[in-house]
Amino acid sequence: MIQFLVHEKADNVGVATVEIPAGDTAKGLYMDTQEPVEMKALHDIPLGHKIALKDFEVDESVIKYGHDIGRIVAAIKTGEHVHVHNLKTRRW
Amino acid sequence: MANPKIMAYRRENGRVGIRNHVVILPLDDLSNSACEKVAFNTKGCKAIPHAYGRLQFGEDLELFFRTMIGTGANPNVAAVVVIGIEPQWTNIIVEGIAKTGKPVAGFSIERHGEIKTVEMASWKAKEFMHWASELQREECDLSEVWVSTKCGESDTTSGLASNPTVGNAFDKLEAMGATLSFGETSEITGAEMVAKERAASTEVGEKFMATFDKYQDMIDRNKTDDLSGSQPTKGNIAGGLTTIEEKAFGNMQKIGKKCRYVGVLDKAEAPTGPGLWFMDTSSAAAEAVTLWAAGGFAAHFFPTGQGNIIGNPIEPVIKLTANPRTAGDMSEHIDYDCSAILRGELTLEEAGDQLLDLLIRTCNGRLTAQEILGHEEFVLTKLYESA
Repeated sequence: MIQFLVHEKADNVGVATVEIPAGDTAKGLYMDTQEPVEMKALHDIPLGHKIALKDFEVDESVIKYGHDIGRIVAAIKTGEHVHVHNLKTRRW
Repeated sequence: MANPKIMAYRRENGRVGIRNHVVILPLDDLSNSACEKVAFNTKGCKAIPHAYGRLQFGEDLELFFRTMIGTGANPNVAAVVVIGIEPQWTNIIVEGIAKTGKPVAGFSIERHGEIKTVEMASWKAKEFMHWASELQREECDLSEVWVSTKCGESDTTSGLASNPTVGNAFDKLEAMGATLSFGETSEITGAEMVAKERAASTEVGEKFMATFDKYQDMIDRNKTDDLSGSQPTKGNIAGGLTTIEEKAFGNMQKIGKKCRYVGVLDKAEAPTGPGLWFMDTSSAAAEAVTLWAAGGFAAHFFPTGQGNIIGNPIEPVIKLTANPRTAGDMSEHIDYDCSAILRGELTLEEAGDQLLDLLIRTCNGRLTAQEILGHEEFVLTKLYESA
């Protein structure tokens, strides 16, 4: 059973489709290529929330749906939870 | 799916309808009662009551007439009886619908009283019902059915799976030469630059941007704390959506990866050719679907996350969800459950094909959940106060 989905190969975050507990090596799937992917979760990732597929520095872009969905405001390690505490809109 | 055939109603003007309604259409709020009495007397026809139609003026009045005439002109409607308090505006609607070539008759209450009007209109409605009941479905192309889409009560499953399922179906329908539409002007906030680039030409992109800016200005002029700065909403954030861009791109999954929109439509305006069209609509479900129905659209894809139960009296609303909880505890409202995508057991390609298959069945006569449950929300968009 898969635990997260990634919209496109170009994306650098996945979305949890179940609750992923910290420490789990979660099984994922790229929706466009149907390729499997695995990622060790460093935090609990709630259903519907995002998991980092790479290390991020401050000011980098998070890519989801193949598009820039905002700016990193606190460095993130691969496998960490990506949300309002480390990702902000570029709009305001 | 190269060019699927459906069995549908070809109307006098060549348009293809998938339902065969005889509609009793009130000009105004005062005439709702008469229309409902006619629909009670004459089984099988449908009254569409609404709240307006008096002392409207200017652009708001133009939109009102466009919506009422468009509703009667929709190819899912076989014939129309219009009832109004007075003959002048009643006749504007009758004459507008008559341009399609379909049977339409108008009645006005002044100088007759409601009881006499109901009697005269009931005779006409009975005649139309006999006539419409003998119309036969004939073979048509699926691409001749105009399809609109908007989502509602969205959550992360919408952006992940149900919206991209519609997008996959839209890409396939567009390739067949279908006429399609999306809208929800305010919900595009955050992705408007990308939406502009999805236009088929620079000119159309500029027109989209002008329409978007105008809507945004209206919101800015009128907004209070209940709307300002609240995107994404607290509920969206709890569900995992972080930024307004993310929410907007999730919404835009509905128009697929390939299609480009060929034009921008005003509210309730009919497209003039095939392809994907942007319509300037509210993001409120019933208001928006009413505008598409009036623009001539015959079927609607409605992806939902938490479970919106909206319907429309003349344009069947096909509801899909990828949220397994909604598919379970609100199953009576859901036509297509694509939650298997979340388990990795169904691809978007397969889900798009299954949704198209359901569209074909709906065109051939399968009633949607919303039709069987009687969800017939007909809600007029009002631009400002009546005089």
